[in-house]
Amino acid sequence: MHHKSIRQHADSLRQGEYSSVELTRSFLQRIKQYDGQLNSFITVSEEQALASAKAADERLAAGDASLLTGIPFAHKDIFCTDGVRTSCGSRMLDNFIAPYNAAVVDRLAEAGIVNLGKTNMDEFAMGSSSETSFYGAVRNPWNTDCVPGGSSGGSAAAVAAGLAVAASGTDTGGSIRQPAALCGISGLKPTYGRVSRWGMIAFASSLDQGGPMARSAEDVAILLQAMAGFDARDSTSAQRDVDDYVSPLQDSLQGLKIGLPKEYFSAGLDAQLQASIMQAIDEYKRLGAEIVEISLPNTALAVPTYYVVAPAECSSNLARFDGVRYGHRCEDPADLEDLYKRSRAEGFGDEVKRRIMIGTYALSAGYYDAYYLKAQQIRHLISDDFRKAFEQVDVIMGPTTPTTTFGLGEKTNDPVTMYLSDVYTIAVNLAGLPAMSIPVAPVDGKPVGLQLIGNYFNEARLLNIAHGFQQVTDWHQQMPAQFN
Amino acid sequence: MSLKTSDVEKIAHLAQLSINDEEAEGLLGELSGILGLVAQMEQVDTTGVEPMAHPLHMNQRLRDDVVSETDQRDKLLALAPSSEAGLILVPQVIE
Repeated sequence: MHHKSIRQHADSLRQGEYSSVELTRSFLQRIKQYDGQLNSFITVSEEQALASAKAADERLAAGDASLLTGIPFAHKDIFCTDGVRTSCGSRMLDNFIAPYNAAVVDRLAEAGIVNLGKTNMDEFAMGSSSETSFYGAVRNPWNTDCVPGGSSGGSAAAVAAGLAVAASGTDTGGSIRQPAALCGISGLKPTYGRVSRWGMIAFASSLDQGGPMARSAEDVAILLQAMAGFDARDSTSAQRDVDDYVSPLQDSLQGLKIGLPKEYFSAGLDAQLQASIMQAIDEYKRLGAEIVEISLPNTALAVPTYYVVAPAECSSNLARFDGVRYGHRCEDPADLEDLYKRSRAEGFGDEVKRRIMIGTYALSAGYYDAYYLKAQQIRHLISDDFRKAFEQVDVIMGPTTPTTTFGLGEKTNDPVTMYLSDVYTIAVNLAGLPAMSIPVAPVDGKPVGLQLIGNYFNEARLLNIAHGFQQVTDWHQQMPAQFN
Repeated sequence: MSLKTSDVEKIAHLAQLSINDEEAEGLLGELSGILGLVAQMEQVDTTGVEPMAHPLHMNQRLRDDVVSETDQRDKLLALAPSSEAGLILVPQVIE
């Protein structure tokens, strides 16, 4: 049952082949059987899942069900869930049970989805390997000595191993697309503001965006349909209608103009990985697409710019964790300053502290113009590169990552090397564009992701382009043998 | 702009993080490495370029100044590490 798509499950549930309670039990059983090897879940909420599944079966029986009703799903542990712990992968929130649901959680619950639990992640979504979690590293189902990517590595590993049909993720610099690529699944970061950030614990507010992670583009489209939409409670939520993401999936790709940025195929890109990407591009040519070489000249500036903007916003957002109102508080504080400083020092891990300190420095008196202002100006230049490219092409394609998955511990001692693994994904967040990663031919048994970058609010076209490829290939249906 | 240990200690104070000497030394190397990466920005001439604060160049939307939340005092207080008589407790701040 764990191979099936959302639509196949929806059909089976309607034909009475199995109930949502039976389906949910089978996934809970798989989590018990396999997650010891992966550590993809922080919390499994069995009781709540079975209660939702029972309610879903009643909706199905009453003929009042959506495509998502009764589908076993998992939320990244950054989305607040009323009654189930929301840790954000941090000791700081180890004891935190949110008093409300995130907008994304409510929207999917209204559609009848069954939440199996909360997935593991880099602490406060800061990382590219899911190794900075307070709850231990997540492992890649394709090779358990390797990382699943991050920060949404628990969601990616759970979907890839068939422990959930699909999962939610968040993407500030690549945190949906990079783990999707390293685990061989499909993931979409929507346009900034398309999915509500309300109840999603903030990392860098001008970059953060939630989105779906699943096996296929079709599953992603069905999920985005339920997740997207204006939310008055998020002050940067986009006030525009949601497109139909499902019907245009079948549209022809004849005449599609694909831009290949020369900067994405230069030094630093693994040769075998490049060959796999070009093989996918050839598939698109057979589907009627035209290839245009383009340039995004400011590509190399994206990582440096991001490591000012994201830490600056994180240092401001994470100031709220002070040990006073909720979260971790140190023992026997001598005075209020001691309470703040020790609670934060004990509650946050090393990577979070590094980023808070970089951000604090960049925003401190005398340095604002040299760092934050300069970064915001370069951000404009990076965004203009994309604007010009989309005058020529419909979609931009390239590798999601410069290499396939790497070994656990391989990059943890060198933050800068770790940061550079997001070289192709970060510019998209700075510009606020939508982008996907879909699996293409693996290299040495390790998954490879093709990144598709679209124009603002063009998610429907992106999903159509991804779906077209998945109609003529089966990389998205592959499962790691160990978990099959 | 190279950092010194005293800078690291000052930043940690501004960020309200307690660090010991050994941690300050480690952070000195790590933060310097990150600032080295960030320094690539200096090569770019950004004269006259508007800073971009919002990806879609939108203005902040304002809502009407009316009550929108229900009273959840007990639920929120239950999250506090220490509370009494409906108030959150912290170490004494007024002598």
